[in-house]
Amino acid sequence: MPGLSIINIHKYFAKIRALAGISFNVQTSEIVAVLGPSGCGKSTLLNIIAGLELPDQGDIEWDGKSLAGVPTHQRGFGLMFQDFALFPHKDVFENVAFGLRMTNLPLEDIRVRVKEVLELVGLPGFEARDVNTLSGGEAQRVALARSLSPHPRLLMLDEPLGSLDRSLRERLVFDLRDILNHSQQTAIYVTHDQEEAFALADRVVLMNAGHVEQIGSPQDIYHRPASVFAARFLGLNNLLAGKICNLHGEPFISTSIGEIPLTLDMIEHSALAKQDISKLDGKDIMVLLRPDAVQINQNSNCQVKGRVLETTFRGSTCQVAIQVNHVPLRFDFPSSEELPHKGEIICITFTPSRAIQLFL
Amino acid sequence: MDRNGVTLKTINRTATSNRLRAPSIKLLLLWLAPLAFLALFYFFPLGSILQVSFARSESGLIAPIQQALASPAFRDVLWFTFWQASLSTFLTLAIGLPGAYLFARYQFPGKSTLRAMSGIAFVLPTLVVAAAFNALLGPQGLVNASLMSVFGLEQPPIMFTHTLYAILLAHVFYNTTIVLRLVGDFWSHLDPKLGQAAQVLGANRWRTLWHVTLPLLSPAIASAAVLTFIFTFTSFGVILVLGGPQFSTLETEIYYQTVSLFNLPLAATLALIQLACTLALTIVYTRLANRLSRPLNLRPVEFTQRRLTAWRQRILAGAYILLLLMLILTPLFALAFRSVSRFERTSTTTARQGYGRPEWGGFTLDYYRELNINRRESLFYAPPTTTIAISLLYASVTVALALLLGTPAAWALARNRESILNRSLDPLLMLPLGTSAVTLGLGFIVALDRPPLDLRASPLLIPLAHTLVAFPFVIRSLTPSLHSISPRVRQAASVMGASPSKVFRHIDLPLVGRALLVAAAFAFTISMGEFGATALIARPEYPTIPIAIYRLITRPGMMNYGQALALSTILMLVTGFGMLAIERFRIADVGEF
Repeated sequence: MPGLSIINIHKYFAKIRALAGISFNVQTSEIVAVLGPSGCGKSTLLNIIAGLELPDQGDIEWDGKSLAGVPTHQRGFGLMFQDFALFPHKDVFENVAFGLRMTNLPLEDIRVRVKEVLELVGLPGFEARDVNTLSGGEAQRVALARSLSPHPRLLMLDEPLGSLDRSLRERLVFDLRDILNHSQQTAIYVTHDQEEAFALADRVVLMNAGHVEQIGSPQDIYHRPASVFAARFLGLNNLLAGKICNLHGEPFISTSIGEIPLTLDMIEHSALAKQDISKLDGKDIMVLLRPDAVQINQNSNCQVKGRVLETTFRGSTCQVAIQVNHVPLRFDFPSSEELPHKGEIICITFTPSRAIQLFL
Repeated sequence: MDRNGVTLKTINRTATSNRLRAPSIKLLLLWLAPLAFLALFYFFPLGSILQVSFARSESGLIAPIQQALASPAFRDVLWFTFWQASLSTFLTLAIGLPGAYLFARYQFPGKSTLRAMSGIAFVLPTLVVAAAFNALLGPQGLVNASLMSVFGLEQPPIMFTHTLYAILLAHVFYNTTIVLRLVGDFWSHLDPKLGQAAQVLGANRWRTLWHVTLPLLSPAIASAAVLTFIFTFTSFGVILVLGGPQFSTLETEIYYQTVSLFNLPLAATLALIQLACTLALTIVYTRLANRLSRPLNLRPVEFTQRRLTAWRQRILAGAYILLLLMLILTPLFALAFRSVSRFERTSTTTARQGYGRPEWGGFTLDYYRELNINRRESLFYAPPTTTIAISLLYASVTVALALLLGTPAAWALARNRESILNRSLDPLLMLPLGTSAVTLGLGFIVALDRPPLDLRASPLLIPLAHTLVAFPFVIRSLTPSLHSISPRVRQAASVMGASPSKVFRHIDLPLVGRALLVAAAFAFTISMGEFGATALIARPEYPTIPIAIYRLITRPGMMNYGQALALSTILMLVTGFGMLAIERFRIADVGEF
């Protein structure tokens, strides 16, 4: 297996479970984003891969060889910390050169490489600068240059944009992607921000409370969240409790906003597919109504009818909150459309196979 | 949140820069009494020393110093002063640095107790510590007495007192806490990610330590070293009692020249040379202390500390803690234990030499009872219990004086840190700290013995000297808590409907009250234990406890020795409780002198 394999990692801190059986792979030249809320164990996982922490159980392998017992400084990995951890007593050159100096490279080669990496990150000529005077974006680039300079076989980035403000962050995500792609860097990118993860990653590992919730391409994760947690984390909050009824006749799901017809492909694309289909009748499930897959349609026969509570302008989209049988639901519409007013009763229509997702 | 922080800062900055322009009359008034005190009892005496030294020679200002430096005996003294201070500093760092690492990076049960204990060692009176090491390892101490008794020896097998080892050990005992606190505190806020970053970049443990951790710690280590050096350079009681007459440093030499030979001009010249050295060292220290504020990403300790989990770590940490406990506690226990134990001499032949084979004679309170009896019927001899009363009286006056003078100064400092007046006066207040106690005493002798200020016979002389020594500590414990009452807190209280008197009762008093208590405890403890200055200026008929201990411990005889230990034990308990009160009640860390 080329690249990194994380095999069934468990970690406890004073009886508190931080990681409970994490497993996934990172292929060479692949960028994998580990996405999850803060406190879900992402940073601990990075520390274990780097060898800064020892797992209580499980193994880390590189190209199929176990790294157990290999100390941090011999793993040949790079780790970029959230607040960069630049050495404040060294200038930019010495910071970027640090990893190269540890390999006892001749000074001439170190100079060449430092220059090359600083150019790559867009900071040519910064060698003599004091790291304490750098702006946030510059410090981030120096930290990236420092991690990249010794050619790590795996680069780990721990919320590398977390401490920067929003506009800078959006700009740097694309720079970061270009730099990583340009050097074909194998990378693990840890973040709690789904936009960063989707923008950068070939694959996303969604983590929650110490375990892997879902692994897939950004599109997979967004369009087919595998669990209620995944849906909520992605901001898909129109979740209703439901019950499968009349499975052997004309099946439907009974929810607090009415009955929704059930089709076979809805089951096949959900976690229900693993269940014995004949036993699903009367089963309690969760139903997600995707906020971006419905239309306002005053003419046709309503699937859902509700009163508009408020509309929130959000730039390119507009969020409309409506109340249906005392249940508040939120939907996104292009803000170019004409939007209903507060207090108006509107009709919502949708194609169930596109707008409805089912969870256990 | 960041943006709010920035705006708050800019507001503060504009506010302070406004205040900068107008050094208020109020501020000047607050400074009046403290400055007058310093002028009269610090600068005037030092000036007198200068005058006395230069009056000795008509051949120029430098001549007395040249003469002193030309004498080989004096060069030996100077050399030994530097040599013992360097050795002590090196040993203190060697013992302290592993502890600083342990305190900085790990949490373990009993940590705060251990820290407090090492702090108490730092402020124990020198005479108590000297007596404690004597009670443990001296010729009549526990170890020697036990060995003689077990192996039937006629002579104490361990020669410890009156050796360089005794001086060094006592200095390590005193100053380890400086390294633990200065380096340990700094280290505990150092972001562990810096070390981890080095490791990830391919540095092994030692290269990480060498290239990253030590360079980042270097200002803290250097300032701890300089501070230790200053303290051991001017160490007095330890050299006098544990070193004995064959070891002579600048400090003890000033004392001998003053008290035994009454050669005030030479004493003054020596004091000048010593002052020049400590002044230079203090400047170095201040520079280093400023560099401590290098823009590091300092972290709260919750992020940097972890528990001791691996067995290897636990064993190493346990061994170190045991060593530290032994260093601090064994002499103190030996002192208390020896002060209540009787050793009877089965003296036969060697009684003349003052030794004899001691036999354990059980517990006794004889030494304590004897404290109250004036066996000598001598006029100048005060029974030790009287010295306790004298010491308590002096200490109470010192507390009153120190608080009266220290509070306005601290108040002025806390009001406005940026004011030019405050910034120039703040270091002035710390000067007595860098001046050796014996020099302060000498200054009192040469300056305050003739009109207009003839205080030779005044009972206030000693409290004044003690106030001078305690002054920096009082200021340093008051200023942070006075400063912590920001105008905003008061404003918040009054917006919520508190009248000015209620603001004072509910905001100022609770915050300042504790600080005042801490300052008072400092002044009290320092006064009770002060030896260097007191040794020069105390009148023979009114000795303080440390003076009485010194007299008793330098006299031959088991009963004198026992009384010295008993009196030391009492002083140890009093100062120990004082320090516990300080540790208990203080708000900000006063270790930042």
